[in-house]
Amino acid sequence: MRRGLVPGLLALLFLAGFVGLALIALLTADAGLPASSASAAAWFDVTVWRSLRFTLLQAGLSTLLSVGLALPVARALARRPCFAGRIWLVRLMALPLGLPALVAALGLLGVWGRQGVVNQALAWLGLSDPVSIYGLTGILLAHVFFNMPLAVRLFLGGLERIPAEHWRIAANLGLGPFALWRFVEWPVLRGLLPGVAGLVFMLCATSFTLVLTLGGGPAATTLEVAIYQALRFDFDPARAVALSALQIGVTLALLMALRLAAPAPEEGLTAGRASRRFDGAGWSARLADAAVLALAALFVAAPLLSVTLSGLAARPLRLIAEPVFQRALLTSLSIAAASAALSVLLSLSLISTRLAAQARRHRPLSLRLLAAATDSAGSLVLLVPPVVLGAGWFLLLRPFGSVGPFAPVIVILINALMALPFAIRILAPALATHRARTSRLAESLGLSGWNRLRRIDLPCLARPLMMALSFAAALSLGDLGAVALFGSQDLVTLPYLLFSRLGSYRTQDAAGLALLLGLVCLLLTMIGTPATMTSPHRIKEDR
Amino acid sequence: MSATVPAIQLQAVRLAFPARTLSFDLEIAQGGITAVLGASGSGKSTLLNLIAGFETPDQGSVALMGQPMAAVPPAGRPVSVIFQDNNLFAHLDVATNIGLGIDPGLRLSQADRTSIEAALARVGLSGFGQRRPPSLSGGERQRVALARALVQTRPILLLDEPFAALDPGLRAGMAGLIAALKVELGLTVLLVTHHPEDVRRLADQVLFLEEGRILLHVPRDVFLARTDLPEVARFLGA
Repeated sequence: MRRGLVPGLLALLFLAGFVGLALIALLTADAGLPASSASAAAWFDVTVWRSLRFTLLQAGLSTLLSVGLALPVARALARRPCFAGRIWLVRLMALPLGLPALVAALGLLGVWGRQGVVNQALAWLGLSDPVSIYGLTGILLAHVFFNMPLAVRLFLGGLERIPAEHWRIAANLGLGPFALWRFVEWPVLRGLLPGVAGLVFMLCATSFTLVLTLGGGPAATTLEVAIYQALRFDFDPARAVALSALQIGVTLALLMALRLAAPAPEEGLTAGRASRRFDGAGWSARLADAAVLALAALFVAAPLLSVTLSGLAARPLRLIAEPVFQRALLTSLSIAAASAALSVLLSLSLISTRLAAQARRHRPLSLRLLAAATDSAGSLVLLVPPVVLGAGWFLLLRPFGSVGPFAPVIVILINALMALPFAIRILAPALATHRARTSRLAESLGLSGWNRLRRIDLPCLARPLMMALSFAAALSLGDLGAVALFGSQDLVTLPYLLFSRLGSYRTQDAAGLALLLGLVCLLLTMIGTPATMTSPHRIKEDR
Repeated sequence: MSATVPAIQLQAVRLAFPARTLSFDLEIAQGGITAVLGASGSGKSTLLNLIAGFETPDQGSVALMGQPMAAVPPAGRPVSVIFQDNNLFAHLDVATNIGLGIDPGLRLSQADRTSIEAALARVGLSGFGQRRPPSLSGGERQRVALARALVQTRPILLLDEPFAALDPGLRAGMAGLIAALKVELGLTVLLVTHHPEDVRRLADQVLFLEEGRILLHVPRDVFLARTDLPEVARFLGA
């Protein structure tokens, strides 16, 4: 009776092989170097430690700013459960997550850059000292742009899960704004804080594209970007290995700390279930909330608007007609489709095997280990960032001459692995409830194989499958991390094209490309997000 | 305050929901327990929400203890409320939960702490002050909520299916407690319920709602005799 366990085992073997080979390649890479003292020196290289310090510094500051700014925004948003445009504000907060980092970086440049709106306004006011977006400032701006809205959504979900009765009792007891914050809001937010802060820190510590585009020189370089530079520009594998080891150490420590300190925040998409609130009726509270929400909306919307406007001004239709663009689009779409399919296939194998292993009545140690392994395989991938995986395979394939022929395959695999945690998160609950609902019935009716797949499984799971596929495809389409190492004349994806146009100062083209890429990714993410968001004006509660 | 002033008065109150419009005209005298009955969606909770100030009428007026309530926020009304569930803040201990009924900023004097202890003793939970709600049974949690209503010292008590999550033994105990407090403090109680035995055991008056209007507002014994009405027969037969 080994039925149902094979797919997950195969997926595990595949993952272990792919990640393991990359790690082995990294660990043994310095054997081929001329002097082993070079590698020893690399460990104590000033730039390595500077990268580590900067990685932690920028991630810490980004987390502090993102979470600190998200708290008042989430509170204001929760306190105003129905106003015109609220649903659009909540949706706006979901946008950055679906946007490729490169596109967002371009938008931020349009607003905060040297020629951007802010600096022009400052100059007009007679202030000559411009805000510089390159370096730490820019990285922080970009990380807040991405993570403040994410934190807002997570906090808002928590606040909206507060039972409606609590608001009524608070109103009946006459709790003022401070007492409400102390007794009702803060306890909920405090519970979410470690998880949200940990998630944001993790995202910022492993952010690649934003640091690559907005970081300024060696002083503002993170470990991931340093790995890329070591391989791509300096060709110093020893340093890449040292950096990779440090990066894995950092992510491992972070993941462990997260697991110990904080449960993963629930992706509470509860935008429609807002409770009636009885507080904040005064004018000062209204004005304060309006100001907070307007500023947050402006901060998030301005870069998006900038991308749209400058993209439209660059006549995107002309770009679409260019063969370079068409080739890049085709490459991107093929890679995205392949990696999304692979990611979903791997997820389904892992989940179904875990379910099968957990459903057994007798569970020997081997079976329990298998269940645990399939359960954590998805997040273990987080341990080895795409650039490190890429570095490993880069070193592994180098002896075989050009990496060119393997490049698309490696990019597809890395992208598939990147999407794995998200695909599993979408599919696992859906598959579990589907099994619980239908498996006995299907067995008693003798439905199996193709018939069961066609009549029972696919119709029920179509939505989550679609969501996982489009989310994984969007992630792959917007990714620069894997393709940055392997991109070449023969492998040009849309982000790679955009990046090289930026590098050669063809900003017109870059703006147009960013708009097109952003639109494709947003479209895919929209398909990948559940759309059960309705805002009933008056919530009926008569039971 | 003269005893002739009605405790609760709703005059030509109208409230429109997308599905239906509710209208209430109602007078409830001071003292006594009024059971509020009716099918799901008949407007029982909305009636309580109007009195407590969680809903504002589109038309008409609400007066409590003779005072118009149009501009009075929930905290300013002479009303305590207890819901079916989630009456307590789970992260605060029992004494703090009750203390919020005395002062929302929790600036409590020694006398206040004594009255918290007394209220706990009155509901049979002496020494429970340091416990947290998750460690209590459903019945104990409801009695803590009742203790908080006691320290609020407000003349009207609104109970929205407060026994619904309790098993029969606990229901009887809680019902006895409420009946005793009504007499002791002269409370005016509105009790939303689905159970005929609550009506027999507790109610002095019955308010029977149907499709957002008041079908009957009569003394209990009259209500129990009206089995000629199919709605009443269905309720009592259930």
